[in-house]
Amino acid sequence: MNEKHTHGDGSSATKRIKKAGRHVSQSEGLIFEKSVAGKRGIELPPLDVPAVDPAKALGAEFARAGVEGFPEVSEIEVIRHFTRLSTWNYAIDLGMYPLGSCTMKYNPRVNEFVARLEGLATEHPLQPDEVSQGCLRIIHDLQKCLLEITGMDAASLEPVAGAQGELTGLLLIRAYLESKGDARKKVLIPDSAHGTNPASVVIAGYEVQNIKSNERGQIDIAHFREFVTGDVAALMITNPSTLGVYEENIAEIAEILHSRGALLYMDGANMNALAGVTRPGDFGVDVMHLNLHKTFSTPHGGGGPGAGPVMIKKILEPFLPVPIVTEANGRYALDFNRPQSIGRVRAYCGNFGVLLRALAYTLAYGPVIRQATEDAVLNANYIRKHLEDVFDLPYNLPSMHEVVFSDARQKKHGVNTMDIAKRLIDYGFHPYTTAFPLIVPGALMIEPTESESREECDLFIDAMRSIAAEAETNPELVKTAPHSTRVGRLDEVAAARRPVLRWQPKQNLDAQKHLGPHEKTLVVPTA
Amino acid sequence: MYPAEFRYTKDHEWLQIAGPTGTIGITDYAQHALGDVVFVELPKIGTRVKAGDVLGTIESVKAVSEVFSPVGGEVAEINSELSTAPEKINRDPHRSAWLVKIKLDDAKAADGLMDAKAYEAYVAEKEKEQTA
Repeated sequence: MNEKHTHGDGSSATKRIKKAGRHVSQSEGLIFEKSVAGKRGIELPPLDVPAVDPAKALGAEFARAGVEGFPEVSEIEVIRHFTRLSTWNYAIDLGMYPLGSCTMKYNPRVNEFVARLEGLATEHPLQPDEVSQGCLRIIHDLQKCLLEITGMDAASLEPVAGAQGELTGLLLIRAYLESKGDARKKVLIPDSAHGTNPASVVIAGYEVQNIKSNERGQIDIAHFREFVTGDVAALMITNPSTLGVYEENIAEIAEILHSRGALLYMDGANMNALAGVTRPGDFGVDVMHLNLHKTFSTPHGGGGPGAGPVMIKKILEPFLPVPIVTEANGRYALDFNRPQSIGRVRAYCGNFGVLLRALAYTLAYGPVIRQATEDAVLNANYIRKHLEDVFDLPYNLPSMHEVVFSDARQKKHGVNTMDIAKRLIDYGFHPYTTAFPLIVPGALMIEPTESESREECDLFIDAMRSIAAEAETNPELVKTAPHSTRVGRLDEVAAARRPVLRWQPKQNLDAQKHLGPHEKTLVVPTA
Repeated sequence: MYPAEFRYTKDHEWLQIAGPTGTIGITDYAQHALGDVVFVELPKIGTRVKAGDVLGTIESVKAVSEVFSPVGGEVAEINSELSTAPEKINRDPHRSAWLVKIKLDDAKAADGLMDAKAYEAYVAEKEKEQTA
């Protein structure tokens, strides 16, 4: 162990932690609390035109006297406030972010460089097609790349999130079936699917029917045949599933569905385990979505912007959202004249800046995208191999891009997956995904992505093994983690039961005292 | 642990029958699996349900789960205290944190459900599966 990396007291609680150490971390309160009446961030030059009363000019009902509690601070105070807060963050740029299912891979700087190029960054979506040829070509080229990677026939890049892609895909299925006069009622969803799938199905007007996985985390084919009745519009499957396991019988599943007039929807959120190796279009998928912010390295952001393109087989093409980008003799245009279209699902052409980054990533790899997939699978299996003797592996099947352990062994010492995740923060890592997928009680869902080097994976493995040892020898230490963070374990239950969603001036807060003590637990401590 | 006068479902609901009324809740095993409950959604009084219909949803810090009615009938009463104190489900799932009272269609509706002994064996089997 390298002593230089641990400035701590050398106690057993800290000496095994290699990746993180103590350092000065600036305290910071809420910006509202910094407010001093009359402070200004900028000094405007004296008015050189006659002053106008906004209430008179706009109408009294549109004029606001002031914003209650609006913080009055100087420029440097604003800068310091947000800079200090940014140092409390954990990001992929700081280290491994093994949040299973989310695919937190590195967002290459070249994507950002391209997105900021003059002539791209400054384009406006309302420019006529004739002066938007470059942007239209970018959309068209990305479509071509994604169709090549997925083996599908046509696409819409309009949806701006995976879940919106799901809904769009389901609406396409509905439009197709209705056009044949056979709307059908149900969509089948295995219990190893992504959590958003059932919600999308319900919003698309279908009933959800759940299918239990067998003990190998797979769909039971014999059972499955019984489920596919004349009422079933589609199966919505996540492949590889949330167990990180490939559905072995996917081609047969597609055949069964097709033979009964139903379609196969694939949630492509885990496409980073398949890209360049196998193509959903080739194993019978009729409609799928991709998450560009997962597989194609665009930023996840704080809940966005994302992109969830929908890829389809020819039979669904007439129903695609408008507009679609067409190309003829090297000229690109937006086609709105599609009478069977389900309509728009998003303004303009979706999140263009995200599409641009995804194209930069895809072209930077080219056919070598297979290497990214293989590295992602290799990293997950490397971690699995080095942890499977200390953590329980409930589904012992070949892992793809992620590995799902359970906390069964640690539970004997009273330590659960959440405790282990919190302790991982002390070791300088973002936690893995806890308690999901639901079919694994006490799940630890780990997805390293292809971004991680062997050295970073080794640090993670060391941390996890060390925590497993602590769970046996000193369970209290794990159960009360994290210990090295600015605040200790947050009260997530109170946060969910009595959320305090915004700051309010003190007098309002005093008036709400009857809410009870929980709100206090959510205020960021300033000490 | 599991009251002898209750009947149980494989989805971890319990049912207690008193005359024409059945009281429904979730079992201690269920509350434990869910973790800290943060929100409970119950049906409107007067709603008609069949056995297996969704009665409501329980949201915990981990997940949102549906509660299925073990029997058919009409919702006669709901435990409105749970809307402000959902944590009761974690503390007292078999008694004060009952969810719904139902006017039963059929007094013998509980015949197909497990008794406490069978449910205990069922839960023990589940736990064994998970640690196997």
